[in-house]
Amino acid sequence: MTEMKRPEPPVSEISAPFWDATRSGELVFQWCVDCERVVFYPRTICPGCLGDRLEWRPSRGIGRVYAVTVEPRDTNPQFPLRAPYAVALVDVEDGARMLTNIVGCDPLTVTVGMPVAVTWEPLSDGRQLPQFTPTEGGGP
Amino acid sequence: MTPRVDRTLRGAAALVGVADAVSPTGQLDTFGRALEAAMVREALADAGLALADVDGVCHHASSVAFAEYLGIHPTFTDSTSTGGSSFEIHVEHAAAAIAAGVCDVVVGVYAGTPRSDRKRFGGPRRRGGPADAEVMAEWEWPYGMRMPMGAYALAASRHMAEFGTTSEQLAQIAVSTREWAARNPRARYRDPITIDDVLGSPMESSPLHRLDCCLVTDGAGAFVLTSAERAAVLAKPPVFVLGAATCHDHMMISQMPDLTTTPGAVSGPAAFAMAGMKPIDVDVLMGYDSFTITALLHLEDLGFCAKGEGGPFAADGKLGPGGALPMNTNGGGLSYTHPGMYGMFLIVEAVRQLRGESGERQVSDANVAVAHGSGMVLSVMSTLVLGTEAVR
Repeated sequence: MTEMKRPEPPVSEISAPFWDATRSGELVFQWCVDCERVVFYPRTICPGCLGDRLEWRPSRGIGRVYAVTVEPRDTNPQFPLRAPYAVALVDVEDGARMLTNIVGCDPLTVTVGMPVAVTWEPLSDGRQLPQFTPTEGGGP
Repeated sequence: MTPRVDRTLRGAAALVGVADAVSPTGQLDTFGRALEAAMVREALADAGLALADVDGVCHHASSVAFAEYLGIHPTFTDSTSTGGSSFEIHVEHAAAAIAAGVCDVVVGVYAGTPRSDRKRFGGPRRRGGPADAEVMAEWEWPYGMRMPMGAYALAASRHMAEFGTTSEQLAQIAVSTREWAARNPRARYRDPITIDDVLGSPMESSPLHRLDCCLVTDGAGAFVLTSAERAAVLAKPPVFVLGAATCHDHMMISQMPDLTTTPGAVSGPAAFAMAGMKPIDVDVLMGYDSFTITALLHLEDLGFCAKGEGGPFAADGKLGPGGALPMNTNGGGLSYTHPGMYGMFLIVEAVRQLRGESGERQVSDANVAVAHGSGMVLSVMSTLVLGTEAVR
């Protein structure tokens, strides 16, 4: 294989709606209807109230960096990003905190609190992997 | 109506035997069950007890398989596996079982030989549950975070942004810990280091430098715990379990509610409350130092300083020899040993300090020690407050 690949995420029955939405570039989150709490990663029950009235809602896909680390060396030859690259936790404004990469910028310039918006990297099966990229002023 | 009974494990059980195996080369000749059995043998000898006395067993993988290997039929068994904090939890559970009369003599053991395994097996032996792996494969692995240092780096990043903590302050923890290691002839690294050495060491996952990270060594250890009554007639001065508590609030770092506050903020105060003590009473702090940031978070969460003040608190060198709060006096995971799950060594050193057996690194008049284990990625915290007869 010459193509550089990521370790592609498996899909569970519960998380299928999340990954299906990525095919059209839509970021969706599971919400508990009863306690209005975002549920992430996707589950069969709400970890707040144990209720099972969960629904999927679209997100605008904007947020801020909660924490960031830059990996200085390539450790996986299959990984598409070349070091240095940024791994971050992003608080999505109308969603949840996600682990992700910050792309489209010098990784060393990524800071906690930086406004970011979702961007997509195609996976081999038509799904897309959500990543984030810096924005001006916090919104599109 | 049945009257309510005050239930406590305070002072009901004591650590009476310990052993560990390490080498300045970082490698051991034996591994696996043979090494585990040797540790149990040594710890029992240290206690003046025999295998036939043992009626409880703790093992982080399978206490059942290990008891079969030993040929014993325990009435208490614990396979709690929470990463590096497994062994503090084993002590907690065993002490409770002894207090409740479930058993009388419990052994716990650990052996890890990742350094030799590279040669022996051509790489690390795999562990971990498939259910855990699936959720990590879906939500974390695609992003190329190096584990475990990437997770701890995120915590350090957040602490720096929120509280102004600096790399220099984190580095001082590594420097102070190395000062202790210099006084331990069995430590892996003993040469003094400076803050500049830490900052000049290669960046791992930013902001953590190589010298902010624990070692990878072979190592093994064991403990023996029995009732206070039985401890009184054994060879060595008993070290009593005065307080014990555990808490976990996530498995994956991306699920940690607040990256600047660990579940030690729950286990620590609970263990102190059980012991009837406060951080000011502690003579020796053994706080799991997988990374400098890990130790810093313990200082705050256990109440040695306020949240956010760990950096300035550590920066004056008070954690090193001669300082106000001796921490990780064996040289810690940063300089003594770290076979992957280091919690056992916290217990062993705490016992040795409270017995006055720590030689050149002995803290004078040590009567209270805390062994605070941290498992997985700041996920599972277990706090033991240990004390001598004088403070029981």
